[in-house]
Amino acid sequence: MSGVRVLVGTRKGAFILTSDEKRQEWEVSEPHFAGWEMYHLKGSPINPNRIYASQSTGWFGQLIQRSDDGGKTWEPVNNEFAYDGETGTHQWYDGTQHPWEFKRVWLLEPSLHDAETVYAGVEDAAIFRSQDGGKSWHELPGLRHTKGDLWQPGAGGMCLHTIVQDPTNANRLFVAISAAGAFRTDDGGESWLPINKGLLSPFELPDKDAEVGHCVHSIAMHPARPDVLFMQKHWDVMRSDNAGAMWHEISGNLPTDFGFPIAVHAHEPETVYVVPIKSDSEHFPPDGKLRVYRSRTGGNEWEALTKGLPQSDCYVNILRSAFAVDSLDSCGLYFGTTGGQVYASADSGDSWTPIVRDLPAVLSVEVQTLP
Amino acid sequence: MIRVVIPHHLRRLTNAGKEVQLEVEGPVTQRSVLDALEEKYPMLRGTIREHGTLKRRAFIRFFACEQDLSHQPVDEPLPDAVVAGTEPFLIVGAMAGGSQ
Repeated sequence: MSGVRVLVGTRKGAFILTSDEKRQEWEVSEPHFAGWEMYHLKGSPINPNRIYASQSTGWFGQLIQRSDDGGKTWEPVNNEFAYDGETGTHQWYDGTQHPWEFKRVWLLEPSLHDAETVYAGVEDAAIFRSQDGGKSWHELPGLRHTKGDLWQPGAGGMCLHTIVQDPTNANRLFVAISAAGAFRTDDGGESWLPINKGLLSPFELPDKDAEVGHCVHSIAMHPARPDVLFMQKHWDVMRSDNAGAMWHEISGNLPTDFGFPIAVHAHEPETVYVVPIKSDSEHFPPDGKLRVYRSRTGGNEWEALTKGLPQSDCYVNILRSAFAVDSLDSCGLYFGTTGGQVYASADSGDSWTPIVRDLPAVLSVEVQTLP
Repeated sequence: MIRVVIPHHLRRLTNAGKEVQLEVEGPVTQRSVLDALEEKYPMLRGTIREHGTLKRRAFIRFFACEQDLSHQPVDEPLPDAVVAGTEPFLIVGAMAGGSQ
């Protein structure tokens, strides 16, 4: 019987939520790595029992954990993320240059193409790759050499938080960095191209259409159309039809176009989801109503999805990595909140139910669709 | 044998209980004790001292014999009672250092 396994990272541990394909009854695990900040957990699309987890605290720094039995047991793998060569400097909050310093791993992205390869996006922003299942990590330094001196930390730090792989081309990756923008490699990470044309940041940058420096919050792609990208920027929801060569705005009738996650339906490449947040200073839904917005037209025309979601007195946030989509026939959606709720929809967002209400603040949600 | 007390969170990595015992070759110092600890439990590398520089992480403290040894030179001999194994060397998460 098929089913799903939802991997939830929180401020104080990780949780694994499991259900069958109906997604009505859920089993919630005990906390894994209790007390640790779990920025991200993700399973390998090639070997679903292989799961990676990013574990950290202010006391003991960064650890990487790996499971080869679907999250039942874990072993720490290598946690050394050494920047390649001269670390150089980037823009600091006060406009001076500041040396690169490793702080934490924001996400782990297992390869679509090779079972032993996994990418890590880190703060201060860089991308690392392991080709031995996490036993060693090597930076792909060409990214930092792509105008890295002009990158600057966003409010959450200067983090590489998004890695999107082209399922048809192992050499093509897209990444997003706050606050540097989006970048693409077509040669397996040797060289990178800023892909920020069309982005406008008039209130964040002195040069509103600068080549780098934009605060991109997340990027999503449908695997059947790898040249079509959807982006939630700091402000503005954007779309590119040419692998990032040019972006155009698709915010349309959204009540606010600030937000963090963006996702694409598993079977409908023109169906896109965002969760509007009031503003960059008020990180909660407008009017105290938690609403997921869905566009079935690839953007611009959005409908509010509210059934089962709180429509009063709701002031949580949904972070950039805390929204996931399964690939069952009736597409399932999942998101977690800073208030500790994880909501699920088994009908493409038409209705929602909380799987669990009282976890620590949710940092990330990923889902594995199991055979 | 040198006795080392490991903080709660790191015990889950070592699966070795609260206190571990180490053989230390040569002078017993912070550096030699931590080198021996990381040799026996490599999963602790980077959690007490930073990778590369081997500097104590900012929110880690070293106590022994009711003294805070955190700011002592790393090659200074540890107290006799630690060398003799009558007192443990404590690795402690500082009271500050958590986040949220």
